[in-house]
Amino acid sequence: MTHYLDHAATTPMLPAAVEAFVESSGRVGNASSLHTAGRAARKTVEESRERIAAALGCRPSEVVFTSGGTEADNLAVKGTWGARRDADPGRTRIVAGGIEHHAVLDPVEFLVERRGAAVSWLEPDRCGHIGVDDLRAVLDAHADEAAVVSVMWANNEVGTVQPVAELAAVAHEYGVPFHTDAIQAVPHLPVRFDASGADLMAVTAHKVGGPVGVGALVARRDAALVPQLHGGGQERQVRSGTLDVAGIHAFAVALDETVAVRDVEAKRVLDLRDRLVEGALGLDLGITVSGCWTAGDGAERLPGNAHLLVPGCEGDSLLYLLDAAGVECSTGSACQAGVPQPSHVLLAMGYSETEARGALRLTLGHTSTDADVDAALAALPGVVERARRAGGFG
Amino acid sequence: MRVVAAMSGGVDSAVAASRMLDAGHEVVGVHLALSRSAATLRESARGCCTLEDAGDARRVADRLGIPFYVWDLAARFERDVVDDFVAEYAAGRTPNPCLRCNEKIKFAGLLDKALALGFDAVATGHYAQVVEGPAGRELHRAVDPAKDQSYVLGVLDADQLARSFFPLGDSLKSQVREEAAARGFAVAKKPDSHDICFIPDGDTRGFLARRLGERPGDLVDAVSGEVVGAHAGTHGFTVGQRRGLGVDRSRLDGEPRYVVEVDAPRNRVVIGTADLLGVDLVEGAHLRWCGPAPTGEVAVGAQVRAHGAEVPATARVDGDAVQVRLAERVRGVAPGQSVVLYDGTRVVGSATITGTGRAG
Repeated sequence: MTHYLDHAATTPMLPAAVEAFVESSGRVGNASSLHTAGRAARKTVEESRERIAAALGCRPSEVVFTSGGTEADNLAVKGTWGARRDADPGRTRIVAGGIEHHAVLDPVEFLVERRGAAVSWLEPDRCGHIGVDDLRAVLDAHADEAAVVSVMWANNEVGTVQPVAELAAVAHEYGVPFHTDAIQAVPHLPVRFDASGADLMAVTAHKVGGPVGVGALVARRDAALVPQLHGGGQERQVRSGTLDVAGIHAFAVALDETVAVRDVEAKRVLDLRDRLVEGALGLDLGITVSGCWTAGDGAERLPGNAHLLVPGCEGDSLLYLLDAAGVECSTGSACQAGVPQPSHVLLAMGYSETEARGALRLTLGHTSTDADVDAALAALPGVVERARRAGGFG
Repeated sequence: MRVVAAMSGGVDSAVAASRMLDAGHEVVGVHLALSRSAATLRESARGCCTLEDAGDARRVADRLGIPFYVWDLAARFERDVVDDFVAEYAAGRTPNPCLRCNEKIKFAGLLDKALALGFDAVATGHYAQVVEGPAGRELHRAVDPAKDQSYVLGVLDADQLARSFFPLGDSLKSQVREEAAARGFAVAKKPDSHDICFIPDGDTRGFLARRLGERPGDLVDAVSGEVVGAHAGTHGFTVGQRRGLGVDRSRLDGEPRYVVEVDAPRNRVVIGTADLLGVDLVEGAHLRWCGPAPTGEVAVGAQVRAHGAEVPATARVDGDAVQVRLAERVRGVAPGQSVVLYDGTRVVGSATITGTGRAG
């Protein structure tokens, strides 16, 4: 019996989404074709677009389908930066959160290293929050240079939720477009694009019970974007590639179902998460929670996120031992050739490299149960004891 | 037993892991990440831990249906193997990094971590045999003389040996490749690795020059004591080396010259004719015994480099040093290499060579 506690990595597909995927996969039709089969495929895509738009609080025309979250973030950052610089060569500065996902961080670094962009990083406080005043200060200092602001809605590692609406409002005061990566937020937070004030928002299907390989960039109609994939121009002339009808269909079904029960589900997952965290803190193993912990908090930290720091342990040892005990989780940080690197998020929050190495991310989702929490809590004492013994041998 | 199979991504460790599984052990595959250098990760076809090698190892583990993890021992490898390698060359010696890696990484860092995590032993694809003897486990030469790696395992002590499996020791390399093919491993035809893994382009001199810089000095004739050329750093030279000496030939007769001594403290490289290369006295320190330490003077076979021949010898242990008297003169014995002592096929132990000389 395995216990899957890695929903932030990907969450099991919902049965209705699998059904939709299989159904649409079995039908021929390129959504760009003009004959009957093509029109049927187009109908599926557009109905899905409408459902997704309704679920995200945007207009259907604002949904640009992509191959997933990474492509959506790349298009938002590189596409906006390119368009802004083209319109005004002096606007080359990117303002981005220091704890963004690599899908944002790496495009920013690419633009800085290879395309002459400048960057201002917004570093988080010790709780992992990006300050609205910090953004204002940066934009004050670089009012004429700023091309785009990018701050994620909720962090994928430590789960902190950012004040997106306030940040977007400040960016707009200075006339700078605001992008947010909402990939981790959509499953459990009341994400609405229109109310957020953001100009661009990245989402993906496989975090809400849809398939891997499809996502969207929600982009206001007036958002200027330089295409990153050139070709048939299928999506608003901004994104090319034959539309993934089955993936888009399943995405819409999964998102619909997720949003319909989101408030109730968030509360259920929050209670499980609290029991997991309080249980881990009570094990007398020196475990702490990264950042600032408040039981019952599902607004400042994602309801499904339990991010633990286990002193004296290496994340890879913890991971192996928990895996062997049937508990599947993550260190939360990016891997290089399978080796967990110290998390840039924890380092930005002020933790040392040694502290960051003992990070363990357990994330809950729609299939999580009390049994999963019990299994993790039962495994932790033995796992931590062994991992500590192995700690000095890295 | 619960066993960690060290999986490099090559054919040998793949078959070794399979055989441990067949023998009924609970096997977990572990690939060691030994370099954080992105260049090494991407450029080398056969390096310490290229992405391709890690991927190959993972695919073998998938096929065997065993769990697979990558363990990061890069910092320790850098310190205990690479830095040691550079420091040894800087001191005028010629180290063997594979031997040091076995001593400090595979059967220390990896083994210790495995034991701490609840494993009983480590299995590798080395060609050597472990035999249960009257005084505990013994390390013996492999059946395949062309692949025998007992030399680079001569640093293992009895405790390490007790926790180690070498499932390939009774096989020929050709059999191992056939077995890999029969098992459907994609790595069955993958070429053997030969170079030092952290110098994938094979340019050791260039690697050392980047680490140590240029330290120009004199090239000196062993007999006359005359300066006959210049060198860019003693770390570019090894005893017995003939190529790349940069000798001013007009100042010498027609005889080929070899490095006979690397004198790092005086920043000199001493060269001479072939007849000066042969030595029959070898002194060693940093003793490692693969079982009980010998006492007094013992008759042994001595091997002074990785692929060298074994020479009859007598060894006398004196505290933490050993004197080995070879029955015949051997050329190109470099301080820093190891002398591994054998009793028949059994590895008695090893020492790092500190000096050489002639008995008569």
